[in-house]
Amino acid sequence: MSEILISVRDLTKHYPVGGGFGRQARIVRAVDGVTLDIYERETFALVGESGCGKTTLGRIMLRLQEATSGAVLYRGLELNAQDDDAMRALRKKLQIVFQDPYASLNPRMRIEAILAEPLRAHGYGSAREIRERCAELLDMVGLRRQYLRLYPHQFSGGQRQRIGIARALANKPEFVVCDESVSALDVSIQAQVLNLLSDLQEELKLTYLFITHDLSVVRQFADRIGVMFLGRLVELGRTEEIFVQPRHPYTMLLISAVPRPDPHQRGRERPMLTGEVPSPMNLPPGCRFHTRCPFAQDICRTEDPPLREVGGRAVACHFPLAS
Amino acid sequence: MAVSADNVLRVRNLSTEFHGDRGNVRVLEDVSFEVGRGRIVGLVGESGSGKTVTALSLMGLVPTPPGKVSAELIDLDGIDLAKLDADGLRRIRGRDVTMVFQEPMTSLNPVRRVWEQVGEPLRVHRRLGWREIRGRVLNMFEMVGIPEPKARLDAFPYQLSGGLRQRAMIAMGLICEPKLLIADEPTTALDVTTQAQILRLMVDLRDRVGTSIIMITHDLGIIAEMCDTVNVMYAGQIVEQADVFELFDRPMHPYTRGLLASIPKATEKRTTRRLPSIPGIVPDLAKLPGGCRFRLRCEHAMPICQRREPGLIEPGEGHRVRCWLHETEEAVRQAETS
Repeated sequence: MSEILISVRDLTKHYPVGGGFGRQARIVRAVDGVTLDIYERETFALVGESGCGKTTLGRIMLRLQEATSGAVLYRGLELNAQDDDAMRALRKKLQIVFQDPYASLNPRMRIEAILAEPLRAHGYGSAREIRERCAELLDMVGLRRQYLRLYPHQFSGGQRQRIGIARALANKPEFVVCDESVSALDVSIQAQVLNLLSDLQEELKLTYLFITHDLSVVRQFADRIGVMFLGRLVELGRTEEIFVQPRHPYTMLLISAVPRPDPHQRGRERPMLTGEVPSPMNLPPGCRFHTRCPFAQDICRTEDPPLREVGGRAVACHFPLAS
Repeated sequence: MAVSADNVLRVRNLSTEFHGDRGNVRVLEDVSFEVGRGRIVGLVGESGSGKTVTALSLMGLVPTPPGKVSAELIDLDGIDLAKLDADGLRRIRGRDVTMVFQEPMTSLNPVRRVWEQVGEPLRVHRRLGWREIRGRVLNMFEMVGIPEPKARLDAFPYQLSGGLRQRAMIAMGLICEPKLLIADEPTTALDVTTQAQILRLMVDLRDRVGTSIIMITHDLGIIAEMCDTVNVMYAGQIVEQADVFELFDRPMHPYTRGLLASIPKATEKRTTRRLPSIPGIVPDLAKLPGGCRFRLRCEHAMPICQRREPGLIEPGEGHRVRCWLHETEEAVRQAETS
């Protein structure tokens, strides 16, 4: 196995909500005690429904947001302990590609200026070197060099996402967070961008954290998966194993909810999640999933199950599904 | 497909264009399809393919000007919508044809209670009193599976989750027992687990009350899960039309085949990281290439594809496709020489 690139230790992020004027603030536990390691050159996917904390976790791993407690270690260095200068240098190595290719590029800047900005910020070199690098970046993501002079509105969604990727790669990062980076794209374009990401990973030895709600993309693309529910990891393991034999009931229900592009399978027996996600401000006692779990028993209502090793993967459940 | 009394909707030759800075842009061309009674018909395609404009054109919701809608026939159970004026359409909308939109938050008024909004079609079209309306809304809430329906009547939209709001929208769509419900990407803004619940609800309602549904989506998975027949749209045209099993088992148009191949599948083991993809991008409708609209992205493009636009032909019973590959050699030869 390759080396650990980035790890997260018992990370929490709590937001106070509604306080002020003498009123007691309530606490939203967006991320609530997450520990995980991501290895060099792997693609790790974080999946879960909206509000499960996957984006917050990704942003904290880049120190775009500060954690409430816990640590993020990049090659053994604790990100939170770095001063501004040291952090600035580290940011070259830690990058992000956003979801919305329309909102994440400045409409008043030419593509060249968009790509040059991170280069200049990190003192890449002379104006000529920067211009050369911008052209190189466009080559890398499969766009023509002439496009440097154009503005974002002159591009389609897929092309904009390529520009977003080029910008993230400008300073030769090691770790790239892709936050729903292909979710807004049409399927034929989505496939093109996923192929590009996987070629770039090969070429540039990148490590990806892929944040997505789309399980079909995950199966094709990720080496390992972490499934999140209400701020916690509930299952973590190799992609193929999790899809073939999910151990946590939530993972199982999540996978079975994906519509299958095959009409012959529509009659299949299909367990379905019922009810609504509990409020993160008012978590149920015991296992957070017990209110929606078809297999919940008494202990689930009182005791919070820790993330435990079960047959080569980690599962937070009192009664992991048997193989 | 025979012209039969069993169709709730028959659309013939629907075309829509917009007049703007770049001249007239025709965003829909020669769209024809049927919706059988109690059937779920899919319109599937990528952004800009014309799915939503088709729905808006049917309902008379395209602003004119700048839009201009023409059709040989839009027959809704015996009434030709293409011949109705604005007042006539207003009487039909919300009663005989209703629509559920993608964004359940923005389609509800944030400062009015949910029951008033869901019951509004009854007030407008049936002129019922509020007591009667409240009762029917309550029944409707039960039917669409809103938990604690009584307590939710007086809720404001922000007090409901996305899934509940979409259920409320569906309740509003069905409250006048419409002949046709048009659902435009009704689950795109929802999580997969909620999506599964809403889709099941729609199929369930069709089975119980016999609602006919047009399902607009970009997701072939949703089409496979719930539709009876499918229309694949590309650049403003229907390029393939078939029964759902026929379409997935024997796709004919290279675009349909490409789409099916490029879906990442949650049920298939990954053999390679590369997904088959369709090269290039959707053409700009103001600058369409001559001939077939798909030819620049098509690996089977032939000389004829560049010269003549293919018509919708029917190589198999009920299976139609707009592609020269499936024309007889005779027809291709004729088209080439003419």
